[in-house]
Amino acid sequence: MGGIPHDHYEPKSSGEKWLHSRLPIVGLLYDTLMIPTPKNLNWMWIWGIVLVFTLVLQIATGIVLVMHYVPHVDMAFASVEHIMRDVNGGHMIRYFHMNGASLFFVAVYAHMFRSLYYGSYKAPREVTWIVGMLMYLLMMGTAFMGYVLPWGQMSFHGTAVITGLFGAIPFVGESIQTWLLGASAVGQPALNRFFSLHYLLPFVLLGLTIVHVWAFHTTGNNNPTGVEVRRTSKEEAAKDTLPFWPYFVIKDLFALAVILVVFVAIVGFMPNYLGHPDNYIPANPLATPSHIVPEWYFLPFYAILRAFTADVWLVQIVQFLSFGIIDAKFFGVLAMFGAIAVMALAPWLDTSSVRSGRYRPTFKWWFWLLVIDFIVLMWVGARPAEFPYDWISLVASAYWFAYFLVILPLLGVLEKPNTPPATIEDDFNAHYAPKGEGKAPIAEPAE
Amino acid sequence: MFRKFTLTAVALLALFSGPATAAEVEAEIHDYDFSFEGPFGSYDQMQLQRGLQVYTEICSACHGMELVAFRTLADDGGPGLPEDQMRAYAEFYEIFDQSLFDGEGDFRLATPADKFPSSNVATAPDLSLMAKARAGFHGPYGTGISQFVNGMGGAEYIASLLSGYRDEPECALEAEQPMDGYYNIAFAAGGYPETCIDDHGHYTVPGSWISMAPPLYGDDVEFADGHSTDLEHVAQDVAAFLMWTAEPKLMARKQAGLTGFLFLTVLSVLLYLTNKRLWAPHKHKD
Repeated sequence: MGGIPHDHYEPKSSGEKWLHSRLPIVGLLYDTLMIPTPKNLNWMWIWGIVLVFTLVLQIATGIVLVMHYVPHVDMAFASVEHIMRDVNGGHMIRYFHMNGASLFFVAVYAHMFRSLYYGSYKAPREVTWIVGMLMYLLMMGTAFMGYVLPWGQMSFHGTAVITGLFGAIPFVGESIQTWLLGASAVGQPALNRFFSLHYLLPFVLLGLTIVHVWAFHTTGNNNPTGVEVRRTSKEEAAKDTLPFWPYFVIKDLFALAVILVVFVAIVGFMPNYLGHPDNYIPANPLATPSHIVPEWYFLPFYAILRAFTADVWLVQIVQFLSFGIIDAKFFGVLAMFGAIAVMALAPWLDTSSVRSGRYRPTFKWWFWLLVIDFIVLMWVGARPAEFPYDWISLVASAYWFAYFLVILPLLGVLEKPNTPPATIEDDFNAHYAPKGEGKAPIAEPAE
Repeated sequence: MFRKFTLTAVALLALFSGPATAAEVEAEIHDYDFSFEGPFGSYDQMQLQRGLQVYTEICSACHGMELVAFRTLADDGGPGLPEDQMRAYAEFYEIFDQSLFDGEGDFRLATPADKFPSSNVATAPDLSLMAKARAGFHGPYGTGISQFVNGMGGAEYIASLLSGYRDEPECALEAEQPMDGYYNIAFAAGGYPETCIDDHGHYTVPGSWISMAPPLYGDDVEFADGHSTDLEHVAQDVAAFLMWTAEPKLMARKQAGLTGFLFLTVLSVLLYLTNKRLWAPHKHKD
């Protein structure tokens, strides 16, 4: 696969040949597992495995939780406590599932920023990137609906706020909101359908995972240099790559084990640290919590949503030009979804001829500013919407859009990139000099 | 890349930890040392039994605990009452059973399978999960560092609240109408007199006014084990008990966490060595 020449599966015994001529499934698994992988991949290339593991963990724990959970407004909260108190090992299963959502988003953000830094989204890997963005949207939807299920105070009022966003769409908003909730307000119909979708979407994610892997197995992996594997002959390709099994499987498993050490420590010793105490209060439609805060992984986009208030001149101009159809609330909703949309368009907004950020001296600075920007947005998303946080979130939101819409297109023209190494082998040997040679002359710019 | 990431995160925190502008009510939460804190912490069985006694004799007059079953009082990692004591304790309560009297329902003595009754007073919240439904520590500046270092502080919040009643501050006496409720320095979510807010909008005294009358004064109970019945000690005992009702599997969880932590650490080392050896020929290191 990957157009990279390598050995393919050859059925040997008559049994293997029999199966192979009818269903080449062993060959498919063999080629998937033995795919030539650039041997210079660094530790930022481990998040894919972490994500697959987390998806399986969430599905496995989730299926057990469903056996004991009751999707009813009067019983959901108590049924979760039943799991915590009476089900054998239920407290661990539930805490793993609850914190598994956080592990999922830690991994996906690391995975996404890795792609943004090393230009993994650029041609020919745009489809991998777009599928990944769809998966990210599905993840957010799944996580959001899962948070509703315990039917605590934050579940209930968070749902009211988020579905209220759709009510901001002009003309049809209210109908859409009612359609989503199955009623005019959050209640039993909403809980039922969110439960149904929370069970369904992870399996859609599983399917998209296969598409995602299929896409980058077709193009081959990107790597820290952004230089493609040589495909002229099997011998040359072998100099740039090593088979996925065992080299990258073992490496990824080691990284996964280290991450799980931290994860198990959080689940075992501080399982409620990433949650909100208010969700241990049963949902009460009549008592609204003083601060409604989404889960930490939604905060950056929640901050963008809240940043564009009616006193921002840009909002006022848009409202004027659209004859009042796009008011501040709808503008915020558009900005939130737009923030993800511009990220999805990165393959076409980035004009640089060099793929990896490692060889782009100016790009690096803007990229790290984007990482900081993301953390700042995450922080202000949980702060009250008042001075100075309103200003910080406005500036940070503006930078998010500027990075994708202005900086990425311009940098490709203005920046003078360094020269990447000619081959992956050169880069690898620069790190691990072959015997009898000193360090290879290619210096790797600081990262 | 990672080091740079960490450095920028730290720099950011330093950059933005300037003075907060928005005035918020300050609650004084004392960071008590509870035996169940930290990775190796465990419940003090005697303390949980004392806390159960305080709940039974005082709190239960108004507050219910409808998620807690009587049988769990005999569980390991909890108050650990002997079986017969737990049964006797359950029979202390009368439960309304809908199945009696041909579906009309009637009262009967509680059995171990029953749960504590709900609150007797409509405004008194259920206490089953109180220690997890409140956080004693916050911030600073929305960063969550305090909770990372000190824990969530649910039990600290309860103990501080129960021993946080004070005489009304002078500024409150200047108010035209006397405040409803009782002044408590650990309670942030209650009413607050205008006269205690200065010209800059800052709150001049900690805490606010809570509708619950002071439930404990010290020497409210008599402990069979002769433990101190000072207000602070009684408050801590009942706070520890409520931590157990909120998180009855805390000790099993920490045990599982520790086992998992050790196993995965060993696995990480083994995988590290495997990986190192596997790659050595290709990295020209053998």
